[in-house]
Amino acid sequence: MTGTNHHPLLDIRNLDVSFEQHKGIAHALRGIDLCLKSGEILALVGESGSGKTVTSMSVMGLLTTPPSRVNGGEIIFQGRNLLTLAENDRRKVRGKDIGMIFQEPGKYLNPAYKIGEQITETLILHFKMTRRSAVGQALEFLNLVGLGKNKRVLNSYPHELSGGMKQRAMIAMSVACHPALLIADEPTTALDVTLQLQILKLIQSLKDKFSMGVLFISHDLGVVKEIADRTSVIYAGRIVESATRQQLFENPIHPYTKLLLLSIPDAAKRGTRLRAIPGTVPDAENIPGGCSFHPRCPLVEEGCRREIPPTIDYGDGHKAACFLIGKKWIDS
Amino acid sequence: MDRFIEIKNLVKLFYGQGFLNRQQKVLRAVDQVSFGIDSNTVFGLVGESGCGKTSLVRALLYLDPPTSGEVWFDGTLLGRLSSRNLRSFRKRMQIVFQDPNSALNPKMRIENSLAEGLVNRKYPIRKRTRRIKQLLDLVGIANAHRSRFPHEFSGGQKQRIVIARALCMEPDFLILDEPVSNLDVSIQAQIINLLLDLKEELALTYLFISHDLNLVAYFSDCIGVMYQGRLMELGSTEEIMQHPCHPYTLKLFSSIPGKQVVAAQDDDGQPQVSISGRSAAFVESCSFSDMCPIGTQSCCEARPSLNNIRPGHQVACFNV
Repeated sequence: MTGTNHHPLLDIRNLDVSFEQHKGIAHALRGIDLCLKSGEILALVGESGSGKTVTSMSVMGLLTTPPSRVNGGEIIFQGRNLLTLAENDRRKVRGKDIGMIFQEPGKYLNPAYKIGEQITETLILHFKMTRRSAVGQALEFLNLVGLGKNKRVLNSYPHELSGGMKQRAMIAMSVACHPALLIADEPTTALDVTLQLQILKLIQSLKDKFSMGVLFISHDLGVVKEIADRTSVIYAGRIVESATRQQLFENPIHPYTKLLLLSIPDAAKRGTRLRAIPGTVPDAENIPGGCSFHPRCPLVEEGCRREIPPTIDYGDGHKAACFLIGKKWIDS
Repeated sequence: MDRFIEIKNLVKLFYGQGFLNRQQKVLRAVDQVSFGIDSNTVFGLVGESGCGKTSLVRALLYLDPPTSGEVWFDGTLLGRLSSRNLRSFRKRMQIVFQDPNSALNPKMRIENSLAEGLVNRKYPIRKRTRRIKQLLDLVGIANAHRSRFPHEFSGGQKQRIVIARALCMEPDFLILDEPVSNLDVSIQAQIINLLLDLKEELALTYLFISHDLNLVAYFSDCIGVMYQGRLMELGSTEEIMQHPCHPYTLKLFSSIPGKQVVAAQDDDGQPQVSISGRSAAFVESCSFSDMCPIGTQSCCEARPSLNNIRPGHQVACFNV
């Protein structure tokens, strides 16, 4: 069942995750569906608190229970449901078959260990390599991510490297075991624009080299436009629109996506007011009933307040969840 | 002196720690920066982190007095003011910080945060109350929420309160240090619209710092591109966006994500070398020379100064 191209690499079906807190239950994910093939970059775009990171943490199995609880759904990776795996088996997947790049490299690298020790650790653990061959391998990967084939970086502590170098080191670490799936959780948010482009290109070239699937999480539509093959937009724990890059940027069909694209400032819009989306992003503790976007939606109708719109395929895999598609639209 | 704010040859040096090696370790954070801002316009300052934007702003406000150079504010030379006069002068220039979460005291009700400047200026309590109501109206926060604590507000609302606080002394010059980069995408446009409205309503002048080039191009009238403490290019937004000349500006613009511009061929996986300290010996060369695609020998031997290439467009490069 595994390995064939017809089966998706990662298939998240109806995943529902909540957190128990003293002030109530935070419903972080309310039934999301994502599907990622090998050699494809799927971007997950959303604002803070929309559930992007919870999605990636669920796939990695890094959420602690309690407070988190998986209420339902499946995460099928290479034909196995990760949620039903025993912790022991899951640990073999984590870091080996699924690699992860975090947002702030400075925070997720261990400051007390040298970069080399942190990269070789996974190799020794997963492939039972000797230390010497692991060091050789680590050097190869540092070279691959553009840090050069010298031992200086290998023997540095994280604080001795600049932000871009740390992010490269982290990428080397996450691809060291040739993972089939790479999760990149806002990998460029903490970096400067010129570095950002370099890191995006690096991720793209590594994807081609190892034919990985990449789940790319971001809040920046510009970055997504640069890198993604397909994009899913998440709002308040639900996917509101999924489409290929071209469909999404040229022909969005969900009002939230459309408004997000309209609100991006641009030199061409000088002198005009920006189309701001009124209101704020809802908390995970009290998500509005019905369509969760209805309090901010300019097109809202009575039905939007009562029922959650189902996700419907509008052809070519362009899916969206809105009652008003084809009936009403925002003029730009 | 007809420009509202005029900065001439501003230099800010930081010295290494310990008095024994004082002479050896000098960091040129801001190096011979000159520009002017007209009244009721927006000057956008662009540059990567660590290029000296914040040092420039602090030197400009005399929070960290500059090592040398002049800052003229509405016809007054700030360096010549006594510290007492400077304090009262600071009413006219205020700053909005990047992160609204850390800019507000979590233990103070927002009305007290807003009143602090007024208390210092010995406003009577009734006038204070009225002013706070006015300010909250201005930024779109309900007056009923005035006695709340910062944690009861969302990020966008907090940034509105920070803006209200900056406006409380009726300044005419506002420095916006990445005011929206910590906010959600859908909230950013709200704050930008608010800032544009306030600029019209209160005839404000802005110095806008950002690394988001799309936003700077939308928001500002003039743009200055900064690299390692020096201004590389300066001009009106139209000029810079349509005819960027400096190789560094070109590099910056080609890295705007989503623009699908073919980037200069210099970044196929090569990491940038981090420069942790610019020594005094560095003065005599162009700071971009080691990464410049069109650099020549002369770039390493002398430093280019800002030259007019068109009216209202200055570039610091020998090869343009």
